[in-house]
Amino acid sequence: MSVDKLKRTVLGLIAVSLFFVSGVVLAEYPLNLTEGVTPTSQKVYDLHMTIFYIVTVIGIAVFAVMTWSIFHHRKSKGAVPAQFHHSTFAEITWTIIPILILVGMAIPATKTLVFMEQTGDAEMTLKVTGYQWKWKYDYLDEDISFFSSLAAADNEARQLNSGIDPSTIENYLKNVDNPIVLPVDTKIRILTTAADVIHSWWVPDLGWKRDAIPGYINDNWTYIEEPGVYRGKCTELCGKDHGFMPIVVHAVSKEDYVTWVAEKKAEQAAASSGKDMTMAELMEKGKTVYGTNCAACHMPNGEGGAAFPALAGSAIATGDVANHVDIVVNGSKNNPMMQAFGQQLNDADLAAVITYERNAWGNDTGDMVQPSDVKAARK
Amino acid sequence: MSNSHDTYFIPEPSRWPIVGTLSLFTTFIGGSMFLNGYSSGPYVLALGILAVCYMFFGWFADVIKESMGGNYNKQVDISFRWGMSWFIFSEVMFFAAFFGALFYIRVFSVPWLGGEGAGFVTHMFLWPDFDAVWPLLTTPDMSLANVESSYIAIKDVIPAFDVPLVNTILLLSSGVTITLAHHALKKDHRAPLCWWLAATVLLGFVFVYFQIGEYAHAYHELDLTMKSGVYGSTFFMLTGFHGFHVTMGATMILVILFRSMKGHFSSKDHFAFEGVAWYWHFVDVVWLGLYVFVYWI
Amino acid sequence: MNDAAVHDDHHDHDHKPTGIGRWLFSTNHKDIGTMYLVFSLFMFFVGGAMALVIRAELFQPGMQFVDPQFFNSMTTVHALVMIFGALMPAGVGLANWMIPIMIGAPDMAMPRMNNMSFWILPFAFTLLLSTFFMPGGAPAGGWTMYPPLVLQLGDGFPFLIFAVHFLGISSIMGAINIIATVFNMRAPGMTFMRLPLFVWTWIITAFLLIASMPVLAGAVTMLLTDKFFGTAFFDAAGGGDPLLFQHVFWFFGHPEVYILVLPSFGIISQIIPTFARKPLFGYASMVYATASIAFLSFFVWAHHMFAVGMPLTGELFFMYATMAIAVPTGVKIFNWTATMWKGSMTFETPMLFSIGVLFMFSIGGFSGLMMGITPVDFQYHDTYFIVAHFHYVIVPGIIYGVIAGVYYWLPKWTGVMYDEKLGKLHFWLSTISVNVLFFPMHFIGLAGMPRRIPDYSTQFADWNAIISIGGFVFGLSQLILVWVVIKCARGDGEKATDQVWESAHGLEFTLPSPPPFHSFTTPPVVTDATAHS
Ligand code: HEA
Ligand code: HEA
Ligand code: HEC
Ligand code: CUA
Ligand SMILES: [Cu+2]
Repeated sequence: MSVDKLKRTVLGLIAVSLFFVSGVVLAEYPLNLTEGVTPTSQKVYDLHMTIFYIVTVIGIAVFAVMTWSIFHHRKSKGAVPAQFHHSTFAEITWTIIPILILVGMAIPATKTLVFMEQTGDAEMTLKVTGYQWKWKYDYLDEDISFFSSLAAADNEARQLNSGIDPSTIENYLKNVDNPIVLPVDTKIRILTTAADVIHSWWVPDLGWKRDAIPGYINDNWTYIEEPGVYRGKCTELCGKDHGFMPIVVHAVSKEDYVTWVAEKKAEQAAASSGKDMTMAELMEKGKTVYGTNCAACHMPNGEGGAAFPALAGSAIATGDVANHVDIVVNGSKNNPMMQAFGQQLNDADLAAVITYERNAWGNDTGDMVQPSDVKAARK
Repeated sequence: MSNSHDTYFIPEPSRWPIVGTLSLFTTFIGGSMFLNGYSSGPYVLALGILAVCYMFFGWFADVIKESMGGNYNKQVDISFRWGMSWFIFSEVMFFAAFFGALFYIRVFSVPWLGGEGAGFVTHMFLWPDFDAVWPLLTTPDMSLANVESSYIAIKDVIPAFDVPLVNTILLLSSGVTITLAHHALKKDHRAPLCWWLAATVLLGFVFVYFQIGEYAHAYHELDLTMKSGVYGSTFFMLTGFHGFHVTMGATMILVILFRSMKGHFSSKDHFAFEGVAWYWHFVDVVWLGLYVFVYWI
Repeated sequence: MNDAAVHDDHHDHDHKPTGIGRWLFSTNHKDIGTMYLVFSLFMFFVGGAMALVIRAELFQPGMQFVDPQFFNSMTTVHALVMIFGALMPAGVGLANWMIPIMIGAPDMAMPRMNNMSFWILPFAFTLLLSTFFMPGGAPAGGWTMYPPLVLQLGDGFPFLIFAVHFLGISSIMGAINIIATVFNMRAPGMTFMRLPLFVWTWIITAFLLIASMPVLAGAVTMLLTDKFFGTAFFDAAGGGDPLLFQHVFWFFGHPEVYILVLPSFGIISQIIPTFARKPLFGYASMVYATASIAFLSFFVWAHHMFAVGMPLTGELFFMYATMAIAVPTGVKIFNWTATMWKGSMTFETPMLFSIGVLFMFSIGGFSGLMMGITPVDFQYHDTYFIVAHFHYVIVPGIIYGVIAGVYYWLPKWTGVMYDEKLGKLHFWLSTISVNVLFFPMHFIGLAGMPRRIPDYSTQFADWNAIISIGGFVFGLSQLILVWVVIKCARGDGEKATDQVWESAHGLEFTLPSPPPFHSFTTPPVVTDATAHS
């Protein structure tokens, strides 16, 4: 008997310490859903915890009964089997009680869901388009539009056997080149769609995710209550680099937002002005553009991969400039993987990346491509 | 093996199942090669299909031999009945997938693209000039000014009260003729049995003939093809698989006709006949669904 | 009917075919069952090896072993191999072996078709796995095969589609056979309400299979025509909708998960009463609960698609329907608990694994219920929380059930007792490691780690390392099972009695161990006293 008692004590201790450990751990590491920064995420968090507690209690109750009989109704303790094999009362009880519990869960769930579906009265609209493998953002009220991809440093570190230790990069795989900026205390409508395959736009702190489906637009909203930087990811498998298309949201005060809008507009105007650039400017910009847009397939060193041609020494990248501009701006006729980047990048970026490709990795053509050349090549 | 009339017949080891597996395997490889554009694909595919036919021939020859040899008792017969009914049910579910697709497209996706209900924003931003109508003659991407559509605009659809109506009448009458054949069989009247069966086969093949004509008309004059957007997709998927089933069914009835001519069936013992008749009725009912939902409304 | 008579009766015809032909041309339910089980075990290791590639890559952040495309292939093919190659064949294998014996039949109703259902499997997987050697590689769009992504696959695409068709043909033939067998071949007196629960769960599973596999076939056929014949089912530009595929797929996919789990429920319903030495509690309500689960499973499919943006009414409907499934499942859990209650339990390996199912399936069920709550699923969807959920219901829920069944019937099949010490070791190693493997996935999922990614943010590093260690230990522990089975197959062990277990009931325990080649040529007569396990 004492052996059994010992067993029970030990088990009890384990159970209790697990409980406390989990409490402590919960406080230190992010082990649980975020509470987020919007009314929705708050409600969702509360609902999550309520349901979690309910199932935990049910679980403990059911497991306790099982454990009790495992310890007490064992043959080695001389238990004699009873022969009952049904009880209408018990069976009805344990059908009805779960139904009642479920109804109790369904009520707050329904309320939250109805709340989340109210997309009306938005003060501004952001359109999000998923691409393989980056996001495009259109501020519909401001005429601002840009692409946002994994930041170059992260991109380099995440290559197979890159030799770069990910822990040296802060927020590894959650940094982008162009973050989106949104005002706080504003009801923002967010439209999601996609250009190629299905993606899904998720920033946990906003409290929801929504698929971005080619040919259709989903309608959602958010209302951020605290300024800060919120990071998220694509959460629908969208091909090779699905794991590498993060989202970064800078939530700022309304005034800062106005300033940012003005800056961004000025920047975009400059980029599309068609002003000529120097070789150094082109090469520098080109390297970044290449890193975020092209390296995924053609590799940072221009060597390409199994299904992707090498650009270092390639016929197109060292041959006629017009062909090179054409394939980058208008895409490949033979292989849809090589998209028409003319739709995604502005003239300056395209000029820079083409110049870069023609002069990097031993492609020493010395050619320069200017934004005006790109503009001319656009169909 | 001791198979008198009252024990359940367990066949000896048989090579047909593995032949069947291998021939399907060959068919699938051939089909894949063909679709991937390998020039040898069609030959491998043809080889596979021939092998499948050979398997059916051999397997059923064994079954017929056993059946004629009196190996099958009542219980075996009932097993076959269960088997055939649930096989037909699985076919029903196969068609259900395509009917489900048709309903989804008509009730949800096309109206959404046209801006109804939840599709409001979709319509406004992506397909502003798209008009949701059914039958869908032009696809959403044709409504966009500077985009080259990947589909073909349909000139017209096939009217319900034309050849399809004739085909409906043909199939419905074939349902009657096969029932008349069954009645004849139950009375052991061999000659009318064969005649009615022959009539059924004829009606079936005439149906297929008309359908082929209809397809040719659709492709050549109406520009209604598999590539005509979702109307063409659902149209050819549903009518195509149905037509294929009619062909199979008619072929099966043809076999039954030959067997009837040889006197294989008796008024009491004719499961093969009934199984094929059930199948034929199933094909019939699917057609009615098609006629109503694809051609008519 | 006494045992000796059965035995004598059989001796004359107990001439097994010999050589490779015995297996290739087999029309014997036991031989076919054995082939199914061996194949399933083999595929479990193939799929497991792929899981270990996944876990090795995820052991630490950064990309160390495979490129992202290959990683996605591993995820995709791991799932397809495990579901269609390991779990479903395991269920069918057990059904083949046990159902004819349990209902007192001479064999399956259609033995030749039975052979074909099995032999399709290795060839279907040849089609599927050969894609690894093709331009464009193996399928990498997830086991759910969502378009338009899956349409980007290279030469492997038609092979994937035809492999699915092939597997569907096999499953449908298998299911038809089981229905015909149970409805038509029961021994005199074996009424429906006397059927062992394993048989009941299998009939219901067979109906699910017949109703859902053809729908999958239809779905992948539309993929094929979209890719090669220019149809527009899943392309908005032509008037279609990528979501249409998801609806059709999950109309198959959700019933599919119950196809996997119901046989396992059946197995533990046989085992728990045996080792509790007490009849199964609530036999009738078990049957009704199983049927309700199966029925409801056709109305919950869109809970996999909450995040796609459905209209509100749709979301509400599918949320309520999903929650409703907890009720019949709860009834089953409570009935098993009540069966153990006031029993006289011993804990041989099959019982240990069954108890493992009770505890750990419930954990998976609870997280399933949480995901059924639509607004919260917007956060959970496509994170490791989902991965945790389904591995809990699948690995310690279904795989454990199958393993329990193997230990329970192994002495019956081979005539020798398995090595109890090894069995217990297998259980404890598996149970500890399976929790180390899958429990922390809940945490990283809630904390925001998406699924189907080859590399992750450094904040998840510690847990992923722990998970991977759990994975390797769990995988290696399964080699014990292989060893146990090999030992029994070689006849290395104590001779098993006919009844095998002290308080085992059911027709399978009236036959000798191992049973004769043809089980019951003369049907036994079943009465209330001999019925029920
Ligand atoms: C055999 C496998 C199996 C089983 C049995 C289940 C069972 C359940 N599953 Fe699971 N599920 C999967 C396999 C399975 N699932 C898979 C593979 C996926 C992922 C697919 C993919 O995307 O790749 C998935 C995904 C999945 C989702 C989608 C999540 C997402 O992608 O966002 C949801 C959402 O509702 C869900 C719900 C449920 C529910 C409610 C049950 C219920 O049946 C559970 C019922 C059981 C209990 C609740 C516990 C016992 C009950 C009691 C003790 C009674 C009292 C309880 C209460 C009243 C609370 N599952
Ligand atoms: C159906 C059953 C099933 C089973 C049994 C398993 C078992 C396991 N699964 Fe599986 N898994 C799925 C079904 C299953 N899984 C599904 C449906 C998905 C979703 C796919 C998708 O997103 O599309 C998935 C996805 C999935 C992921 C997520 C991948 C991703 O999102 O990128 C992970 C990650 O850890 C994982 C791990 C494991 C592990 C460690 C096991 C372990 O239990 C495995 C145990 C290991 C062994 C049994 C190995 C034994 C091998 C050896 C000892 C050595 C090798 C020897 C030889 C080759 C001879 N699985
Ligand atoms: C999704 C993968 C992918 C991305 C991203 C990508 N490419 Fe390509 N690229 C390809 C493929 C595939 C081809 C081969 C096209 C063909 O065969 O016609 C190609 C071909 C090319 C070629 C012609 C090379 C030759 O010699 O045939 C150039 C130049 C090129 N890409 C430049 C770029 C630039 C510049 C970018 C970024 C702005 C880029 N690519 C981004 C996949 C990609
Ligand atoms: Cu985009 Cu995943
Ligand atoms: Cu489900």
